[in-house]
This record gives sequence, C-alpha cells and structure tokens, in this order.
Amino acid sequence: MENREFGAGPATPVPHRGPVPPRHHAGPVTVTGLAVKVVVLGLTVGIAVWAAFPLVDAGAWAGLTLLVAATAGLCYLYLTRRYVPAKYLVPGTLFLLAFQVLPVLYTVATAFTNFGDGHRGSKQEAIVAIQTASVTQVPGSTEYALAVATTGDPATGPLVFLLTDPATGTVSVGDAGGLRQLAAEDVTVDAGGRVTAARGYTLLTIGQAGARSEEITNLAVPTAGGAIRSAGLSRAYEGKAQRTYDAGCDCIRDAESGKVWTADADLGAFVAADGERLAQGWKVGVGFQNLTRVVTDPNISGPFLRTLIWNLCFAVASAGGTFALGLLCALALHSPRVRGRTIYRVLLILPYAMPSFAMLLVWRDMFNTDFGLLNNLLGMHVDWFGNAWSARAAVLLVQLWLGFPYMFLVATGALQAIPAQLTEAASVDGASRWQSFRRITLPLLLVALSPLLIASFAYNFNNFNAIYLTTEGAPFPADNPSVGATDLLITYTYRLAFGGQGAQYGFAAAISIFIFTLVAIIAAVTFRRTRQQEEVYS
Amino acid sequence: MRIRSAGVAAAVALALAAAGCGGGEEPNTTESPRAAGGKLVIWADDKRTAALKPFAEKFGQANGVTVEVQAVANDVLQTTFVTASQQGSGPDIVVGAHDWIGNLVQNGAIDPVQLSATQKNAFHPTALKAVTFSGQTYGVPYAMENLALIRNTQLAPEAPRTIEELVATGKRLKADKKVSEVLCLQVGQNGDAYHIYPLYSSAGGTLFGTTPEGDYDPKNLGVGTPESIAAFRKIAALGEKGEGVLKRSITAENSISLFTGKKCAFLVSGPWAISDVKKAGLAYDVTPVPGFAGAGPARPFVGVQAFYVAAKGQNKAVAQEFAANYVSTPELAVALYQADPRPPALTAALDQLMGTDPDLAKFLDAGKDGAVLPAIPAMAAVWDPFGKAEAAIIGGADPAATLTSAGKTIAGQIK
Repeated sequence: MENREFGAGPATPVPHRGPVPPRHHAGPVTVTGLAVKVVVLGLTVGIAVWAAFPLVDAGAWAGLTLLVAATAGLCYLYLTRRYVPAKYLVPGTLFLLAFQVLPVLYTVATAFTNFGDGHRGSKQEAIVAIQTASVTQVPGSTEYALAVATTGDPATGPLVFLLTDPATGTVSVGDAGGLRQLAAEDVTVDAGGRVTAARGYTLLTIGQAGARSEEITNLAVPTAGGAIRSAGLSRAYEGKAQRTYDAGCDCIRDAESGKVWTADADLGAFVAADGERLAQGWKVGVGFQNLTRVVTDPNISGPFLRTLIWNLCFAVASAGGTFALGLLCALALHSPRVRGRTIYRVLLILPYAMPSFAMLLVWRDMFNTDFGLLNNLLGMHVDWFGNAWSARAAVLLVQLWLGFPYMFLVATGALQAIPAQLTEAASVDGASRWQSFRRITLPLLLVALSPLLIASFAYNFNNFNAIYLTTEGAPFPADNPSVGATDLLITYTYRLAFGGQGAQYGFAAAISIFIFTLVAIIAAVTFRRTRQQEEVYS
Repeated sequence: MRIRSAGVAAAVALALAAAGCGGGEEPNTTESPRAAGGKLVIWADDKRTAALKPFAEKFGQANGVTVEVQAVANDVLQTTFVTASQQGSGPDIVVGAHDWIGNLVQNGAIDPVQLSATQKNAFHPTALKAVTFSGQTYGVPYAMENLALIRNTQLAPEAPRTIEELVATGKRLKADKKVSEVLCLQVGQNGDAYHIYPLYSSAGGTLFGTTPEGDYDPKNLGVGTPESIAAFRKIAALGEKGEGVLKRSITAENSISLFTGKKCAFLVSGPWAISDVKKAGLAYDVTPVPGFAGAGPARPFVGVQAFYVAAKGQNKAVAQEFAANYVSTPELAVALYQADPRPPALTAALDQLMGTDPDLAKFLDAGKDGAVLPAIPAMAAVWDPFGKAEAAIIGGADPAATLTSAGKTIAGQIK
C-alpha cells in the first residue's frame, strides 16, 4: 500500500540528490527570532555545562566527549544557515535516541545479565563487602578510647590513632607501622580516658576528621591478633577479618573453619564445595539463560498463554467498552434538542478529572464482600474478587467508569467536526437514522479516532495500576499462588521478577522483551489495517 | 556576521549563568567538602525525618559537621537506598526496619557497627538479636513493634486467655447485636502473613527452622510440613466456611476503622493503631494475642527499627560515630517515640516513658513470646505465597493441598 506513495516507480519523480548549492531562502533576521534562538541555545549550552561537572568528577570521559560533541553539533547546526531540514529533524531525533532507543538497548543488554539483588556490583565490590562484613572483634581483646590526631596539618598531615587502654590508662600511638606507647607526662586525658592533648600531635575535631573519613576508616594498626580499627571517632577495637580473598585460588577462605568458597564466573558468586553460596555476588553475563527460562520454566510458560488471552480480552474490552459508552453519551448529547447539554457534559467528564490512582483504591473497597458499598447498596453478597469471572467483570467495570469520559470527550469533538450537511443529505436520500450513522458518521469518526483506540489498547495492554491497585491479580487458584485470574502479563511478570527473592532486573528485562515484541506485533498489524481503512475512506 | 558573533557571546553568557544557577543547588558537593568539615547525609521516612532533624543539627553544630536529614517515602526507601548506594550517590546513614538487613548485606550496602559490651547491654535483648545477622551487629536499634490484642473494655471487660474464649465472647456480643464481627484481624483478598503468624505459631506452625547458632535456616522451610498443615486446619476452622471469625473482607484498610466504629470488640494490631483508637475515645486495653487452648503461646513477629551505616557512604567514620555513640542516647529515642509511638529499644528510654504511656509496657509484654521477624533474604520469597495460601484456606480451600503447593513455590524461589 505504501508503495503508491513512496515507491520509486518510473512515474514518480525521483528527488534530486546531487549537491545542492546553499540556498539562503530564510527571511530577514528578526529581533524576536534572534532572541529566541539565543535563549534556547544558551539554555542548551547551560544544561551541557551543568551536566559536565559530574561527568568530570566521575572521570566519565566517553560521556563527556559525547556531551561536548552533541552540544557543539547543535550550536553549529543552529548558527549556520545551511542544513534547513536537519534543523527540524535533529531535536526529535535526539530525544528519540535518548528516551526510546537508549532505554530499549539498555533493557536488552540487561536481559543477558544476572543483574539483581545480590548481583549488583563488580566482583571487587563483592570481595570488599565479604571481607568488611567478616571483621569481628578479637575475643577478649581491649576496647580503646580513641582520639584521631596528626603530626602535621589537620587537613593533610599523616594520621595516627591515640589509643587509651581503659584498664591501665596507658596511652599508645598507632599508625600503619604499629603501636608505640607514649610517656604519661606527654598526654592529657579526660574522665573517660580519651586523649585531649598530646605533645607533638594535633588532635582532629570531628569536623576535621569527617573531612578525612575515608583515610580514618582505612587506617588499621597492625597487632599480633589482627588490627586496631576505629569504631566511629571515639572508640577503637581490635578486629580481624574472618574471611579473606586469596587471589591465588580465586577464592574466599574462612580463617576459623577453613572453609573455602571458590569464585564461579558463570553464577557471579563464591560457591563452596557443598554448594553453599556467599550472599554477596556480582554481576555477570548469563547469555540466553533469562530468555530461555521464560520458555522452559513450566511455572512461567504454563500460565503464559492463558494470561495472554485474558490480557488481550482486557485490553480490547477496556478500549472497546469505554469507546462504545463514550460514543453513546456523545451521540445522545450531540442532538441540539437536549436541554442543558453543557451541564450534562461537565458531569460526564467528572470521573476523568479525578486521579485514577485514588479512584482505583476507592473502587477496590467498594467491591468488598461484607463492607463494600456495592453489595450493601444492592443487598447482595457477592464475593467479587473471590471468583474468577466476577473479578474480571469488576475490573472491567472499573475500567469502563474510569475511561469512558475520555472517549466521550474526543467523540464529542470528532462529531462536531463532521458537517451536518452529510447526514442531512443522507436523510434526504431516504436513509434511516441508523443507516446514516452506520454508513456516514461512524466511518468518519473512526478515521479520526482509530489512532486513539490503538493508543488506548496499547496503554491498557500494560495497565499495571488497573490490576495492582484493585485485585492484585486475585483470585488465585489454591494450588498456584503465582498467577491469578485477573493477572495481566505485566502484573504477573512483576510478581515473578520482584516478588520472590528481591529484585531480578535481568529476568525482568528478559520478560519485557517478550511483552515488547507482542505489543509491537499487535500495533504493527493494527496500524497496517487502519492505513488501509484510511485509504478506503479518503 | 556581527549579529552572529553577538549571538554567540550572548549564548555563552547565558550558558554560564545557567550553569551557575544549576550548580547553586549543591554548593557543598561541587565545592571542596574538606573546607566545610565533612557532611553527613541521613535518609529516613517522613515521620522520622522531622524527629531526627533537631538532633542531627545539634550533632552537627557540636562537631562542626554539616548534617542533612533527607526524607524518602517509606515504601521505596530500601530500594532507593540500595540503588543509590550502588551508584555512589547514597547517604551515609539510613533508618529502616531490621528485616531489610539480609537484602542490604547481600548487596554490600551496609557495614557492621561495632558496639561495645556496655552499649549492647543498654538495649532490649530482642532488639539487639534482631539487628544481629550472621553473628555481626548491623544496625543500632531504636524502636520495637509487635502485634497485640486491642480490646474494647466496654464490650469485653475480661481479657480472653485463649482464642476459644475470644470467639465465645465475640459470638455472644454478635448475638446481642452489639457488634457485627467477632474479631478484627486483617486478612484481605490476598492474605497477610504478618497478621496471621501469631495464630499460626500458636497452632504449631513455623516458617523456618533454626540453625544451631539460633539463626533462621532458609534450607529448613516450615511451610508445607505436616505441622504447618495441622496449624492451618485450626485456622480454617475459624475461616469463612467454619466459625466465620476470620474473613477476607477484613482488610488492612478497614480493620482499625471497624474496631473504632465498634463493629468488633477485638482488634489484632500494633502500636500504630493506638492513635486512632485514642482518637475514637474508646475505653481499651492491650493484652497479648491469645493462643489456641491447649496449644503453644501465640508468637507475634517482633520488628525492630534501626540506624544503618552505609558501606559506600562518603563519610563513614562520622557515620559510625553518629550511629554507635549518638543514636544510643535516651533523648533521641524519646524524640523518635514522640514522632511515632513505638516502644523504644533502649531500656533507659523505655523506663523513662513507661510512666507516661502504660501501653508501652503492655505491647512489650505482648511481644514477650514473640519471634524476631526473619531478616534472611529468603523471607522475601515467603510473604506472598504464604499470604495467598492463608487467604485461600480462610476462603474454604483444602489446607493440605494449598499449603503443599505454597511450600513448593517458596522452595523454588529460594536459591
């Protein structure tokens, strides 16, 4: 079909692709135009400069290069008089790249990793976390009162710990070289034994110490049993890392039990011979594992088809139902014979003006079996969310109420745009009201509204809130708590990816690829059909 | 040409101005933090942020440190913290529930806090046990919470000693048209593992076995075992197809308002319900949740709120100092109690408040037999399937089949 418009058949003129001399067809430079250009470009450069600082801080040179290139390119493009088409296309293309293409690529890349809780950082970070978490106080060791001091300038001088043994009151100075006792006459201590002044040393205030926090945390004074480390800025303890990383065997060894956990690059975790894993893992590529899991895991692939069918029904019924009701109301109020049309229209639009988030929660409570408004008002005792079909009817009812005002609004607008002469002409020709609606009004309406219907379908296909804030997928069969009767693919997969063992972003990304593919296929097919329709009616 | 160069000059001037405005928001981070004497950033939820601010400022002024307390909504605080920590933009200290510890540790997001023996002794032993994970103390506790039975003393003057007594009293009141529900215990459409646990544990059910060291053992799952099925048979007898005491229509949203509206004489809830009950002007009493007759005591979960030191914070030394030596002062614990009335974890603060608030001791007593809420990451896999099994069984499903499949689902999700 497109070929008729864009095809390169012999009859269609081929656009001239040769070198085009620069054409200065722009009008004279107006003051307003120049001012707008200067302000917008200035803001762009301003944002770029603002974004550059954190990039420089983090040493992200690739990002910085991209930022500079993009900004320079934009400035050049709008300060030169050439490349007029690009002036129109570039902003949209940039936004498309930043907000559509990049997230999609990032999602796809994530789908091939085990990124998630317990596997967020690098292997080095995992090793640091394991070692830090295993530092325990050496049994029976002394707890020192601590003062952080330096022999030089408080901001830059070498750091030492002034440590008071609470039992004996002796004061020692400790640094990376070890512990040395200080003469009692050289130091002044307070009631708690903490050093307040020492000859040859400058004590750091908490503020000064805070500025050198990292050095203080990393300072360990070696002792026979382990090392003295700071616990805050006023106490120190003798601690020992129970688990240490050994680069030779690429493993973690427990000093006490002698147990060894070897790094497994496929799992991104340290695994012991008995299969026990250390909780702190790291991010690794897992290939197609996440994608194949969707297909092979019977818990996921089993209910997938059933959920997909209900998902399609939900989206079609939501979009179609709201459209039908909205159109009905619009038609009823289109007739000039109705008195007080404005007030009716305002009333009908009201639900649209309320925040759907709150309304979904209110509706959920109205469906409560014993205390809900619906059952109490109608004198019924229906377990709305306890039965598959009543729960489905309930969510569709809520969707209808939330969605029809919008359809009413757009249908009213579209109806007013259809010239009255067309229907008048039809009635002169002897068409009944139904015939003129069916043959003239509806087709013309659909030309205008079908993109909106497709958008509504796509939105409802992934309408997470509509389910999660009402039934949460209920009712669930007693033998399968992972998929409920009103679950959409998105709520179902959300539970799979984030419900069980914390967040599994890699797996969630794999599932979103599947959903993306499904929605893309459906949208492509529908757009193709609408285009045919438009051609028929235009 | 002249116009164009003027334009370029103007654009550059504007750019610098815009950059200046943008940078103005965080002068301390873009300029040298050394000059400012270090900065301590604390993340907490809205309520606690307000209570913490004056204390944080006092600490900052006394020590020449800039302290910032930033509010993050409670339901996203944990995930935001983990994500921000990973990127290096997280805080130095975070305030949250102790059952986060397992997840925070596996993500390398928090560091152990070294407390001295004297400091440890100042805390309620249960609170200290809750923040201990794999033998390390990971947080400084400040408040505890657990479920209790809140009773309308006008309708039910006597505290029931067993569930059976409670049901008998409730049914009599219902027959007399004084109430419409026997018991307000929230179940909801998809169940509520936290609120059913006292009854489940009284009837002999467990979630996890324990290791020889006394920690919860994720490999020893208690859901789906014969004991758990037997426990749920007792719960099913109270369900919609049985006595009609437990109902899915009583939810997290309506259970407290049903009680304050005198629709039921008994409410199973925590310290957070008390302000509503007081506002309604009810005569009430707080007692332990009763167990089944002839069975074990009801063991509500005990949760603890704590301060954690971020592993990837910028200012760990000061953060450690703040958490270990400043948080454990009774004044701060009292201020946090006033922001949100839960029993303080610090024994000294508890004693100080006990005189003015008799409910504190009663809640503490109700949690005496309590089980520390499991902090192991495997617990995340339990909540949802266990809750749904509960809802299904209360709705009339067969306990054996439902619980067996819930156990399978949970076991499949635990690594």
